[in-house]
This record gives sequence, C-alpha cells and structure tokens, in this order.
Amino acid sequence: MPTYKDVAIVVRTHKLGETDRIVTMLTRGRGKVRAVAKGVRRTKSRFGARLEPGMVVELQCYEGRSLDTVTQAEMIAPYGDHISRDYPAFTAATAMLETADRLSEEHEPVVQQFNLLAGGLAALAGRTHPIDLVLDSYLLRAVSIAGWAPTFVNCAGCGAAGPHRAFNLAAGGAVCYSCRTPGSSAPDPRTFELLAALLSGDWEQAERSDERARREADGLVAAYLQWHLERGVRSLRLVDHPVYVASPVPPAVGVALP
Amino acid sequence: MYEGVVQDLIDELGRLPGVGPKSAQRIAFHLLQADRADVQRLSEVLAVVKDKVRFCDLCFNVSEDTLCRICGDSRRSVSLICVVEEPKDIMAMERTREFRGRYHVLGGAISPIDGIGPDDLRITELMRRLGAEPIEEVIIATNPNLNGEATATYLSRLLSPLGMPVSRLASGLPVGGDLEYADEVTLGRAFEGRRLIGG
Ligand SMILES: [Zn+2]
Ligand SMILES: [Zn+2]
Repeated sequence: MPTYKDVAIVVRTHKLGETDRIVTMLTRGRGKVRAVAKGVRRTKSRFGARLEPGMVVELQCYEGRSLDTVTQAEMIAPYGDHISRDYPAFTAATAMLETADRLSEEHEPVVQQFNLLAGGLAALAGRTHPIDLVLDSYLLRAVSIAGWAPTFVNCAGCGAAGPHRAFNLAAGGAVCYSCRTPGSSAPDPRTFELLAALLSGDWEQAERSDERARREADGLVAAYLQWHLERGVRSLRLVDHPVYVASPVPPAVGVALP
Repeated sequence: MYEGVVQDLIDELGRLPGVGPKSAQRIAFHLLQADRADVQRLSEVLAVVKDKVRFCDLCFNVSEDTLCRICGDSRRSVSLICVVEEPKDIMAMERTREFRGRYHVLGGAISPIDGIGPDDLRITELMRRLGAEPIEEVIIATNPNLNGEATATYLSRLLSPLGMPVSRLASGLPVGGDLEYADEVTLGRAFEGRRLIGG
C-alpha cells in the first residue's frame, strides 16, 4: 500500500468505533487529509496526544480507498496543548480550525493556507498579540487566499482610491459614493484603518486600535466570513471575547504571522 | 438493501453510536439467528430501561430513583465533588475505589465546532450545587483531550474567583508502560503533576 509523509495541522477529530478516531488535518503537501488513527482513545495510545486539534505533527500515513491510516505522528509544535489552558485562545483557535477546514479541499494543497494557520496558532499559543486581533487577521487573510480578498481602502466596486466612508459586504468591502448601494453601512474611519492593518498584518497599527474599532471590526469580519461561507462558521458564535483593552506598548519581539 | 423489516432493523441499529453500516448488518443477522428467548430478553430490557431509568436530580448520573446510589449514600463525603463529562466516567472512577465524594455530570465537554458551548452543559446546575451544598473542593475529571482541557480551563476560570479550591485530575504516565514510549505532551503533564516522595 502506498505510504506518504507530510507536515500536518490537526483540524478536528471524530470518534470512530470503540477506540479509534477519524482525524481531519490540513497538510502542507496534499491539502486536507482525513485519516483513521487506530486506538488513539486508549489512555496508553502512543500518539493520541499528538493528534488532538491544534497540534502540528510530522505525519506518516498509508493511503486507503476512502480514508488513509495514520502509522506515525511526531510532534512539531504542541500549540493545541498551550491553547487548551487559555479559554479565549481556545475558542479563537477553534474558529480558525473550523474555517481552515471549510476553506480547504482534499488533494488540493494550498501552502499559504497551511502557513497562515500555523502562524495563527503560534500567535495564540505564544500570546504574541491580542487574541481577537489574531483571529480577525487570520479570518481576513484566509478568505483572501481562498479568492475573496476584501478591500478596506480603495473602492471594491470601481477601484477608486480611498479611503471611503461606506462598507458593503456583497461588493467586497469599502465602496465609494457612486458605488454604494442600499444596505451599505458606514463604519468608523478607525475601523477601516484597523481592518486594513489586520488584512496586511500590520500589528503595530492594529494594536494601536481602540475598543470601539475592535468591536466594530470584529462584527464586520464575522459578517464577511458568513457572507462567503454557506452555513457559516459554527464556532464563531462561541468565541469568548476578551474585555477589550488597548495595549499601549506592543510586545517588542513576537512571532509574526507569515 | 434487504427486505422490509430486516432493513428496518439494520437502519435502527446503524443509528446507534459507533455502529457503522457493516456492524449494523452483522448485529442484525446475529439477532436473526439467536435464540428467541435471548432476543426477547433484550427487547424487554430496552423497553424497561426507557420507562424506569432517569437522571439523578442532584448529579445527573443515571438512576432509578430521584437520587442515584452515590448521592443517596450517607457514607460518602459531601465536601468533595468530582466533575465528569458522562455517566460512564463515573463508572470508571468508581472502579478505582479511590474517591469517596460525590459527582456532577456535565453532559459532555465544550466543543464549539459541534456548536456545544458552556450553556449547553450542566454548569448552571453545578453552580447551584456549590451554593447549596457544603462543598470544599471541586475536582475536574474531564477527558484529557483538547475539549476536555478547555472545559476544565473554563470551569476553573469560573470557580476560582469564588474562592473555591479547584483541582484537575493529573495526566501522567500509564502504569505498566515504558517511559521511552511516552509522548511529549503526556510526559510534560507528568512533570507538572509530579509529587514529592522524599526529603
Ligand atoms: Zn466605486
Ligand atoms: Zn447522583
């Protein structure tokens, strides 16, 4: 039977039979993979702990007709373990993992999607940036990689140079005076600035934002995601929003999202 | 597809947790070939269990009365409460004969991806018990996986400000296993949960 090796992020798991699990993973080389991990629910399992959501592993599998089978898993980064001890980080990570699952296909590797998720989980585990900003930045960039890049400066309709005052979900972000249609909203200019910073990964700018902008941006990001993903992202509803605190001094060193 | 009632049986069995279509078919044919008396007994138990068994008013363990055997046992300590995900976890804990307190069954673990949040578990009921019973320590025994750990984290965040001592069941090395085969997460937790044995 053909076997393969890859680097994988565990996205979610399902129970199978008495002691097995079906593990859904985002791999670097082959997109989404669903594989059976035998015996991992036994407390004596050799690699059960490594195949929990949020873990990054070096994976070895053999191919099956519908499902592959995990033969080996070596730990690369136990992000899931760190995240489970921080409830808001856990809920943000779950929303990221579910989004990654929804945006990826089997046998269609997207390296940027893999790197983005790994970077996002690392940021949550290492607490390098505020959790809500990491989540929103991840979501904006994940949908962009999937082909639905929003714009927060120039007009999404005609490309006219911004900044603009109106925001329209269907159009794809900021819209100019002549492109705005009924149903457009008018977010605070600082919210636009924050959204643009989150999309480009400008943490210094993003962390200077105030509570109001963060709250508004958060709502717009969620709406944008739900607009593009049919059925929406379930775990987004359960994200444990932190008490918004502006951090005046950004951390000096940090693992930036790639 | 089989005819009529045989297919109905396979479909019903296939709806049980952990039973796939192949297993459902195997169980169905086992039942068809089994003694009439054996099958009769099974069907009677199934009917009775739905009538008689309910959940304990206090801890939500399965019970045949308003209180389960454990909550009704006056020899058990009322100051210790052990929080578990499912009634079957109580069975596992009871086999150890280590724990002499009482339990609280949450009815699962927080799992946002499945739409299960804190409000879907019996956490309000737990808080109510903490107010009404002379509880001195809460021991959290949720599963040692991501959702179980996150549920423990959530509960400790909720209970600690109340001044309630909260402990988490230690994760560690399986007895009878070799150290070299332990994964790094388990080994790391075993370090955290180490205890003094001398000096
Ligand atoms: Zn325009
Ligand atoms: Zn009880």
